Amino acid sequence: MASTVGQPTVAPSRAEPVVQRQRRLPGGNPWRRPWGMEGFTWLYIIWSILPIAIAILFSFNKGASQATWQGFSTKWYIGKQVTSVLHNPGLHHAVIQTLVLAVLTTVICVPIGVAFAIGIDRWRSRTSNGLNFLMIFSFVIPELLLAVALFLLVTQALTFIRLGTPAEVAALVVWNISWPAIIVRARLVSIGRSYEEAAADLGASRLGAIRRVLIPLLMPAIFASAVLVFASTVDDFVIVEQLSSTANTQPMSVLIYSNVHGGLSGPALNALATIMLVISLVAALIGFIGYRWMSRGERTKGGAEALTGIAGM
Amino acid sequence: MGQRQDTHDRRNRGLWIGLALPGAIWLLVLFVAPFYVMLSVAGGGINEFFQTVVPVWNPLHWSSWNLSAVWHDIVGHGAFIGPPAFRTFLYTAIATAITLAIAYPVAYFVSRYGGRRKTLFLVLLIAPFWVSYMMRMLAWIDLLQQGGFFNSALSFFGLPGNTNWLGGKSVTVILGLVYGYIPYVILVLYAFLDRIDQSMLEAARDLGLSRWRTFWHVTIPLSKPAIIAGTFITALPMLGDYFTNQLLSGAPGTTMIGNVIEGQLGAPGETGQGAVLALMLLVVLLIPMTYYVVSTARTSREYA
Repeated sequence: MASTVGQPTVAPSRAEPVVQRQRRLPGGNPWRRPWGMEGFTWLYIIWSILPIAIAILFSFNKGASQATWQGFSTKWYIGKQVTSVLHNPGLHHAVIQTLVLAVLTTVICVPIGVAFAIGIDRWRSRTSNGLNFLMIFSFVIPELLLAVALFLLVTQALTFIRLGTPAEVAALVVWNISWPAIIVRARLVSIGRSYEEAAADLGASRLGAIRRVLIPLLMPAIFASAVLVFASTVDDFVIVEQLSSTANTQPMSVLIYSNVHGGLSGPALNALATIMLVISLVAALIGFIGYRWMSRGERTKGGAEALTGIAGM
Repeated sequence: MGQRQDTHDRRNRGLWIGLALPGAIWLLVLFVAPFYVMLSVAGGGINEFFQTVVPVWNPLHWSSWNLSAVWHDIVGHGAFIGPPAFRTFLYTAIATAITLAIAYPVAYFVSRYGGRRKTLFLVLLIAPFWVSYMMRMLAWIDLLQQGGFFNSALSFFGLPGNTNWLGGKSVTVILGLVYGYIPYVILVLYAFLDRIDQSMLEAARDLGLSRWRTFWHVTIPLSKPAIIAGTFITALPMLGDYFTNQLLSGAPGTTMIGNVIEGQLGAPGETGQGAVLALMLLVVLLIPMTYYVVSTARTSREYA
């Protein structure tokens, strides 16, 4: 990079298309590819993915070692009598609990969040602004503070929300409600009002216009937020750790955490983590395909756009 | 946005309120009310016999007993909260700086030079986002344990390969925090940087600025909101983190404020002090959080 500073830069003529500028010009070309940065990016990618790949690999290890490969086996998933995910009641309970929490949270959270987004966007008042602030606050507050406050709420005040699955779901819904609310609201803004007005002019009722016109237009955003809520619930640790009661209501993340220092052996935990990963990846894949399919009519949505759409941006 | 639309909105106000209501109730009951309970526990007393919490609901009767107990633990004789509190801010500052130093070039490269391979890069950058935090920490525990791959690699290069990386090392915890939170930051930075108008950069180059000066005088100012957002979304959760250090060290020398809050909350007779400490952290974070919320709300209004 420094080499170009002192030299007189050959200013490329304006008529020349950008594509050609990228490589063809002789030395001192200001548009050349930044190899240093590209190498750095690849190093980052390796650093971020390799440890996980090794952990997945060793969940298929025949022995209990995390560092010596002793042959392929699925015994940590289904084979071993006591410590495999299939046969250990604690382990497979955790898988079920994770799925139960993720499904319940998504089913409750997404409709509430979508309705909230539409309501807040149209009902322009002090109150709706205040509610919007509150919603964004719930997005940025450190999870531990919310979890502790919710723990005190359900143990000291609203004791009818029992610790365990009810408290976990109630808390996960409030922690995740900002996903649908923020994503759907952004989409509402970009859609504008004209479609709905056209429907109203053609005689549709307000509710009919929402149901027949607005909701279909919002579908990609609703779907993307559902996938995000599901994945973030599968991944959640702090809230479920604070609000679970017995071992039966501990999902996978809590079980992994409490067994890392002693307890269940390494490969079985790796197997559990791999199952968790597969659940998330299936959700992501469904999300990616579904998102592309739902937004198929719009402009030319490339893969990159669908990816960022599904990541909530 | 005309007059007609305003009357439309006004006529349908009941509908909009009705739609917003379930979410509003959920937020009030499960987001606002919990913090009032926290205040009541913090200002309440304890049952001397059972050592259980006795919340006081009337603000006029709140006592400062828990507050002074915590204050004594922070600054008084034998204070044990000071070091973890200091460590929390130190770890967060270092880890946030490292995270941004890694995330910015990566996001910048992919957004500007990704070219035809942009989708591939995005898949690879988003992949860790879908791997649970626990699994990513578990993967490093496997690598860093004694006799693990990391030590083997060190001894392969002739370095001492018997370090106990999981035995309470600050550097392990800080790198664990970086590894844990960096995927989110990269995505946020990418989303911002991708929106920067390339023609601005080309104009700067055409006007004779060097690569570095273009970066310094055009790109950096344009990506200021991205850097601010990135700092917030890394630093805020790190300040409330209590599990990364437990997983990667577990030693008292690396505890953070989250561990103290969690410990006190579960200890008989100390729940009220845990509540006070959580509220203190909340008060400290209220200013940066409000700043972030206001600027986010303003951006979304500008788009509207």
